[in-house]
Amino acid sequence: MHIEIDHVSMTYQTPEGEVEALRDVCFSVPDQSFVSIVGPSGCGKSTLLSILAGLEHPNNGEVRLDGQPIRGPTEKIGFMPQRDQLFEWRSIWRNVLLGPEVRGDNTEERRDMVRTLLSDYALYAFRDSAPSQLSGGMRQRCALIRTLALEPGVLLLDEPFSALDYQTRLAVSTDIARIIKQKGKTAILVTHDISEAISMSDRIVVLSHRPGTVRAVHDLTELQGISPMERRGTPAFQTLFNQIWEELDVNV
Amino acid sequence: MSEQALSPARKAYLQRRKQENIRVHILRVTLLVGFLALWELAGRRGWIDVFIVSSPARVIRTLANLWQTGDLLHHLGVSCYETVIGFTLGTLSGILIAVGLWWSRTASRVLEPYLVVLNALPKTALGPIFIVWIGAGTESIIAMTIAISVFVTILNMYAGFCGVDAEKLRFMQTLGATRGQTLRKLVLPANTDTLFNTIRVNVGLSWVGVIMGEFLVSKAGLGYLIVYGSQVFNMDLVMASVLLLACAAILMYQLVQSAERLWRRLT
Ligand SMILES: Nc1ncnc2c1ncn2[C@@H]1O[C@H](COP(=O)(O)OP(=O)(O)O)[C@@H](O)[C@H]1O
Ligand SMILES: [Mg+2]
Repeated sequence: MHIEIDHVSMTYQTPEGEVEALRDVCFSVPDQSFVSIVGPSGCGKSTLLSILAGLEHPNNGEVRLDGQPIRGPTEKIGFMPQRDQLFEWRSIWRNVLLGPEVRGDNTEERRDMVRTLLSDYALYAFRDSAPSQLSGGMRQRCALIRTLALEPGVLLLDEPFSALDYQTRLAVSTDIARIIKQKGKTAILVTHDISEAISMSDRIVVLSHRPGTVRAVHDLTELQGISPMERRGTPAFQTLFNQIWEELDVNV
Repeated sequence: MSEQALSPARKAYLQRRKQENIRVHILRVTLLVGFLALWELAGRRGWIDVFIVSSPARVIRTLANLWQTGDLLHHLGVSCYETVIGFTLGTLSGILIAVGLWWSRTASRVLEPYLVVLNALPKTALGPIFIVWIGAGTESIIAMTIAISVFVTILNMYAGFCGVDAEKLRFMQTLGATRGQTLRKLVLPANTDTLFNTIRVNVGLSWVGVIMGEFLVSKAGLGYLIVYGSQVFNMDLVMASVLLLACAAILMYQLVQSAERLWRRLT
């Protein structure tokens, strides 16, 4: 599934005044590609994902999924929230079935499919455990399976690894990137971690400070087919890192 | 870890812990027994006037009498019944109203100041009003009990509902969850702790409501015995009733805690 973000602008109305979050944002996400959005915090990244998830409606422009405007939440788009947001009061099994339950699609077929996902990604033995009994990486995989349970064509990931420590984060992002590629999903990842974006993506969109506008779009053609871990050692990685760093214009 | 695997330092630590616990228990019991003994002794020696402060032996004799006449079970039963009914109605209606407030932003915005005022109001002031409106009987006592617990319940539960992680709400939205689904699958289960805290507080509040109500209505119950006893200057009866009240309240509190533990084991 491919996505077009077409001249999207978004201003929030609040009692204190207007907050312009996004201004004229344009880029596209090809079918089965992995696109990262990097930008300083507060620049409208989550807003953009909310628009893609059909939760917010832009004041101007539109987002299209396979040519069709997105008007509300749809099963074709799966969402992975900030931190994993597993429900502590549910077992792993009941967590991953949350989507099917809500969608009224908790059939034997669906459960079989979810069971297969759990065993494929080494979580089946933990199906009756509480989320708190799992490691950070396993929780993240569980959150991914919960999203994959409805078989969306598109995955939206909103800084899903931000709560993890550095080493877990490296391992988990590699793991998640592999699963997403394997399943042939189109993915949009929001992050403020430049290295993470370069290691996982086919394309990187750099947003400016609020109101978010597209600063640059990088196609990572020369890194294609290289695993996330290996990418970090290449010269192209360094060059790109420096370039994006400049574009982000970080002032301290 | 097996017994043999314990290091000497660990053993010494556990030993010290155990000794400390035993010492605390002994001191606790000694304190109680000492207090009762001193009270009894002071009464017998005439240091204090037993007609005013009663004495342990007299309290026990009174309890035995109440038991024989069947009055003990009657009054205890009446108070427990009122407490259970008042507690259940107050807690349930409070939760339902809190759900309503969560459901409707308009309702919560409109009602908020009223709830704050009603919560701040000393509910005992409403007692005479209930008696005039619903009569001097059990119904008024139950109304009093509900009044005392319902507003705190609403405010606490509603605050809990509003405290649900925004990111979790956003996630439910992306699944296309309806408001009812969000309530059942996220907001209510996320507030189990709030619920049990509220219930614990309400057990205590319900007893306050019942005793206050019985003071005013005075027909039966432990509150009635206390008031009656003080009016006829039978302090033995007053002390015996207070003791019964303490036991009943503790028992109910323990029941709630067991229920909570059971619930947590089952889910
Ligand atoms: N629901 C909302 N109402 C009002 N302002 C909002 C809302 N959501 C986000 N904002 C504001 O919009 C801007 C962009 O927010 P967000 O998209 O969360 O940024 P990011 O995810 O890049 O950190 C911020 O200034 C934020 O305060
Ligand atoms: Mg964000």
